[in-house]
Amino acid sequence: MKPATLPAVEPVEPPTDPATATTSSLLPRDEDSRAWLRDLRSEGAVKEQAVERLHALLVRAARFEVARRRPTLPHLRGDELEDIALEAAGDALMSVLRRLDDFRGASRFTTWAYAFALLEAAVKLRKRAWQRREVPLDPEGWATIRDGALAPDGEAEQSEVLAAVKQGIEQALTPHQRNVLVAVTLDDVPIDVLAERLGTTRGALYKTLHDARQRLRRHLSDLGLEPDRSQKERN
Amino acid sequence: MDDLLRRLLGPDRPELTCEQCFAHLPAYVELHVVPDTQFERCPTCMTPAECDRESDCLGLRAHLDGCPACREEYESLHALVSDEQAAS
Repeated sequence: MKPATLPAVEPVEPPTDPATATTSSLLPRDEDSRAWLRDLRSEGAVKEQAVERLHALLVRAARFEVARRRPTLPHLRGDELEDIALEAAGDALMSVLRRLDDFRGASRFTTWAYAFALLEAAVKLRKRAWQRREVPLDPEGWATIRDGALAPDGEAEQSEVLAAVKQGIEQALTPHQRNVLVAVTLDDVPIDVLAERLGTTRGALYKTLHDARQRLRRHLSDLGLEPDRSQKERN
Repeated sequence: MDDLLRRLLGPDRPELTCEQCFAHLPAYVELHVVPDTQFERCPTCMTPAECDRESDCLGLRAHLDGCPACREEYESLHALVSDEQAAS
């Protein structure tokens, strides 16, 4: 099966400004990671064994993720969960081998590889959880934010901010931004599930969410409201 | 900030993208889990002085505050590497 929509890592150019330079090297610092790279880039039996070991590692990570999420997926049987773990590990293996040159040695190789398996498993489980559920895309969904939905401390001031946010959602956002903001932040639709339903990518959708939030913050600022400062002052 | 407002407004500081988060997450997790790991700024650092002062990737931290999916993946990787660390 085609791997889940992995975030495409943008090429990272080494910084040229000494003020922002880092000490990251392009080679792994630990011998274990260097051995992984060496074996996976070799040929014949050495490579085959390394791929086998890598697959076992990814299966372990995918099973770990499935086990962590199992309590939230009571409708899935054990064998279905195992299938998801194995599928996630297989897809992660393809991704890791394809992107071996992206590994820059900033972490151990195993931690870097785990991230692929966890991502694949998490995406598959989130999609499975929403498989037969309708994704709410209600442009008026924001209107259901209750005025009394805030924590008691600083209620009056926060209520003023919330009222301004509601106004901002209505007036300052595009319909698409409004839909995405409401679905992800109020209706708890996983961003990769929403991306799949809308035929876009997780990265693109998060950009939409980010832009919507920036617009809301500008709207509040135009009204002289500073929600972050109010909170810090109360603390 | 109230949780509802925090979810709606997101982090109040510059943040990495999901793609950058995925790229830097393994090193970030090791920084918080593996003893004696030295902080190193990511190549896309937006706030070098602040990150150096806190010895932490603040752009990634902000993204984890704003992106529930990346947050979940951070927590999973953190838990897995912690387990591995405890077993070693």
